[in-house]
Amino acid sequence: MPLLKAEHLTTSFITPQGKVQAVRDVSFELNEGEVLGIVGESGSGKSQMMYTIMGLLADNGVIESGKITFDGEDISLLDFPDKKSYDRKMLEIRGNKIAMIFQDPMTFLNPVLKIETQLIEPLMNHTNMTKQQARERALELMRLVGIPSPEKRIKQYPFEFSGGMRQRIIIAIALTCNPKLIIADEPTTALDVTIQAQVLELIDKLRKETNTAVIMITHDLGVVAKLCDRVAIMYGGKMVEIGTDREIFYQPHHPYTKGLLSCIAKTGADEKEEELKPIPGSPPDLLNPPKGCPFVDRCGRAMRICKDVMPDVTSYTDTHKARCWLNDPRAKGDE
Amino acid sequence: MENKTILKVSHLKTYFDVTKGILTRKQIVKAVDDVSFEVKEGETLGIVGESGCGKSTLGRTIVKLYEPEAGTIEFDGKDISKLKGNDLKAFRKDVQMIFQDPYASLNPRMTVGEIIMEPMIIHGIYKTAAEREARTVELLEIVGLKPDHIRRYPSEFSGGQRQRIGIARALAVNPRFIVCDEPISALDVSIQAQVINLLEKIQKEMNLSYLFIAHDLSMVRHISDRIGVMYLGHMMEIGPANDVFYRPLHPYTIALLSAIPISDPDTAKAKNRIILEGEIPSPINPPGGCPFASRCSKATERCFQQTPEPIQVGDRLVTCFLYEK
Repeated sequence: MPLLKAEHLTTSFITPQGKVQAVRDVSFELNEGEVLGIVGESGSGKSQMMYTIMGLLADNGVIESGKITFDGEDISLLDFPDKKSYDRKMLEIRGNKIAMIFQDPMTFLNPVLKIETQLIEPLMNHTNMTKQQARERALELMRLVGIPSPEKRIKQYPFEFSGGMRQRIIIAIALTCNPKLIIADEPTTALDVTIQAQVLELIDKLRKETNTAVIMITHDLGVVAKLCDRVAIMYGGKMVEIGTDREIFYQPHHPYTKGLLSCIAKTGADEKEEELKPIPGSPPDLLNPPKGCPFVDRCGRAMRICKDVMPDVTSYTDTHKARCWLNDPRAKGDE
Repeated sequence: MENKTILKVSHLKTYFDVTKGILTRKQIVKAVDDVSFEVKEGETLGIVGESGCGKSTLGRTIVKLYEPEAGTIEFDGKDISKLKGNDLKAFRKDVQMIFQDPYASLNPRMTVGEIIMEPMIIHGIYKTAAEREARTVELLEIVGLKPDHIRRYPSEFSGGQRQRIGIARALAVNPRFIVCDEPISALDVSIQAQVINLLEKIQKEMNLSYLFIAHDLSMVRHISDRIGVMYLGHMMEIGPANDVFYRPLHPYTIALLSAIPISDPDTAKAKNRIILEGEIPSPINPPGGCPFASRCSKATERCFQQTPEPIQVGDRLVTCFLYEK
């Protein structure tokens, strides 16, 4: 049984301009101890999909459909009798079984509270530990994430830490209750490459030691290649392709995935100056998304059917799926 | 034919006084500390480094947004600190800048046309409004926007399109040298390649020189002829792009390149990275010796006491004692 199962998630936002369809019919599964990378450009719906699962949508967000099963429990808002009982359930799960790591460590940490208070709080809320036990555990966590002299650092405030150290604190907070799943939303985007390498190495080490599943939301394919077992590609609110790391990087099927891979400058051993092949145009407006495939306007191989009909999911292997008419036998000869 | 040198920077130092209060010890941030290099006509010099290494300060000092503490910047053979009157105005026209944040660098109350035409008016390049408008339409087409975008406001454009407007504004006065300060880091991956290709295209057509500042090393390798690597205000290594990227010499360059995430799962997962311990030391009153010594695995006693001078190795300059003959 998968640890997390999301079926047909659809989330919209009500804005003065109209309804923004941020997440459109997305389904996926995640197994225990697995790292899933979710890749997409800004506005592709990757973060909102996670907020939907965590019950952290902004006030104007509406979950239109979808069923979420986590660790054998149904945690979809629509299956609860009222918002209150859902919130109560999620309070139990968030920070305990599912933890989050955010992009900007400074906005996540409370600037007027000592690190000690912020590390102990989740422990006091979710376990029966005494304050002294919680403090011991906090120090242990700080050592685990590689913060030097934790006894001294635990009494400091967030502003006394550098960006990389703050991100380590966030990771320590996420680990407090031994979660089964960590959702990391662009955890290294705000960091320099040498610090990013430290943090990625740390996440990789921790998840191997603790067998925690990780969902890694990012736009950096390099981060995905380093860390993830499986990769999902999102575009225009849709999950357009999902597969193992090798399937996505070496045998991509969706034209968007192919385009994404060919517009990054290669850093391999080849010195030859290969040309960057950008994807023309820009992502669709989700206020009024195209009726058919969201990528149709930028796709070099678009057919007539792509404009009007949303492609179904085609399976290539047990793990590799894509949403594209090119691979659908019913669309043969439409070019 | 050897291209002539358009920009020559010698022993440049840009310091900031960040002393708080009047009785405290003087606190100086040495943002750029003794940096020298040249840029030839039609060439792109990429500057890479982590945040706080002084790369943006370097770019801003070159366009005369900051006054240097010491050292000289020669543009087209003239020392820019001595420019006055018409010479200064000509310099301001010849050297343009493209900024990182396309949301903050365009005035939201001006139309795209007004934004692009303003530098033309200031420098009196065209006599009539009709000429200016014709050139603006031309520029919009060069950067891949539509002529009717001229009456729209920046808020109506996406990040990538705004960066194109910024590029059109820089081109409006027919510059010879453009400082690109992280022009793509705020953009999505699929849009970054569009902007890079555009910058390369206009460089060829107009014989422009670029100082391309970025922290994305693979993109810098792609666009640059030569690359300079900065750390804590110092130029650690500078040389031909492929040499620096594929055969790095300075221990810092080696570590920095090793930290880049590679977008290939087999290599990325197999790769044994050099993980640098610690972080960049504070640039406020930095210690003597090599700035990288505290994080360098090859540092010796001497590295903490003496500051190395740049050493010529092939086509490259490397600031490290390891390469002393």
